[in-house]
Amino acid sequence: MEHEITLVVNGTARRVTVPARRLLSDCLRHDLGLTGTHVGCEHGVCGCCTVLLDGRPVRSCLTFAVSVDGAELTTVEGLSSGGRLSPVQRAFAECHGLQCGFCTPGFLCTVTALLEENPAPTEEEVLEGISGNLCRCTGYQNIVKAVHRAAELLAEEA
Amino acid sequence: MKPPPFEYHAPRDLGQALSTLAEVRGKVLAGGQSLIPMLNMRLAAPEHLVDINRVPELAVMEAAPDGVRIGAAVRHAEVERAGVHPLLVRALKLVAHPVIRNRGTVVGSLAHADPAAELPAVLAVLGGSVRLARAGAPERDVGAAEFFVGPMESAVQEGELAVSAYFPALGPRTGGAFEEVTRRHGDYALAGVCAVVTLGEDGAIEAARLACIGVGPVPVVVDVTGSPDDAARIVSERTEPDGDVHASAAYRRHLVGVLAERALRNATREAQARGA
Repeated sequence: MEHEITLVVNGTARRVTVPARRLLSDCLRHDLGLTGTHVGCEHGVCGCCTVLLDGRPVRSCLTFAVSVDGAELTTVEGLSSGGRLSPVQRAFAECHGLQCGFCTPGFLCTVTALLEENPAPTEEEVLEGISGNLCRCTGYQNIVKAVHRAAELLAEEA
Repeated sequence: MKPPPFEYHAPRDLGQALSTLAEVRGKVLAGGQSLIPMLNMRLAAPEHLVDINRVPELAVMEAAPDGVRIGAAVRHAEVERAGVHPLLVRALKLVAHPVIRNRGTVVGSLAHADPAAELPAVLAVLGGSVRLARAGAPERDVGAAEFFVGPMESAVQEGELAVSAYFPALGPRTGGAFEEVTRRHGDYALAGVCAVVTLGEDGAIEAARLACIGVGPVPVVVDVTGSPDDAARIVSERTEPDGDVHASAAYRRHLVGVLAERALRNATREAQARGA
């Protein structure tokens, strides 16, 4: 059976008809064409598919689209505004916090929410905060630097 | 890696949820952080899913001086942020990763009954309970000792819904600790021990209980009140770990003893601090 749902994605209400088993990650990518959200492991381990659900990071591969009917979502496409990268995105670019970029959308969403909740995290809090996201290129050192740099940029712009 | 088809039900109140469950005998979907991976990997293929995320009666947490009752739709992260129960919060920080905890639920973790999961140990060591409801029948409270039946098996019967869980508060001069060893932070534990220690007026141990995970089909509760200094040996003897690719049975048996000593020591230290 198909279900008609509304998702407010990056500020725009989108109506979409999906079967109950449609994962939110597939709904975003295939039904709504937002392929910035990446799908790695599809069982909640890698963190690539992390998006913001009502402001909080969740695994879109472990969420059914029907289950979040009416919710507000932010994907990596919604982080920048007016063509300008967000402070978190700029920090990742500046600190070389990515190489192949596959894990990056998940990291950006996770870190955006992390810094909103805790604008000046300690080293330990950063490690805990990103512990659910895997990166196979960088060795994490530059990602951790990027998080601290993003915190600085956000503080400067506040 | 896509879930098999199922019929979806989204009840809007508790009555509807119970009547739907009575009718379709479906699987309950709360946070989905354990269920959806099982569906994605086709380890489970329920015909009906009953989504309880829109049932307002289940999204309630009630903290009282004697304990905290947590509704079935309350997320790990909400309990963590509310900080209502120090030992529970400490255990929650060991459950997967912050992002998973934004969606996963406390009652869901209990009903899932993974023998290596942290929250069942907390419920077991505190002697907490889970409240079960069924359409047309009175609710029943099931104590932790009866709730965990076997690996991935709880006392929740078909057509029943676990509506809340009750975690008793730690009393005066009582401290708690949770020690575990995992391959990576956030993984299921190779072994873990949750300890609660109560001291007498004179500072001597009046009660000491441990719940061990990853070393038996359900959390293994061991009372070491009479011989806390011998806890490592007692725990190693009482548990029946299995070996697997991550650790041998012998290693787990050794580990759980070490963790028991460590958890007891830390719980005692906390009890001393709380008694001062």
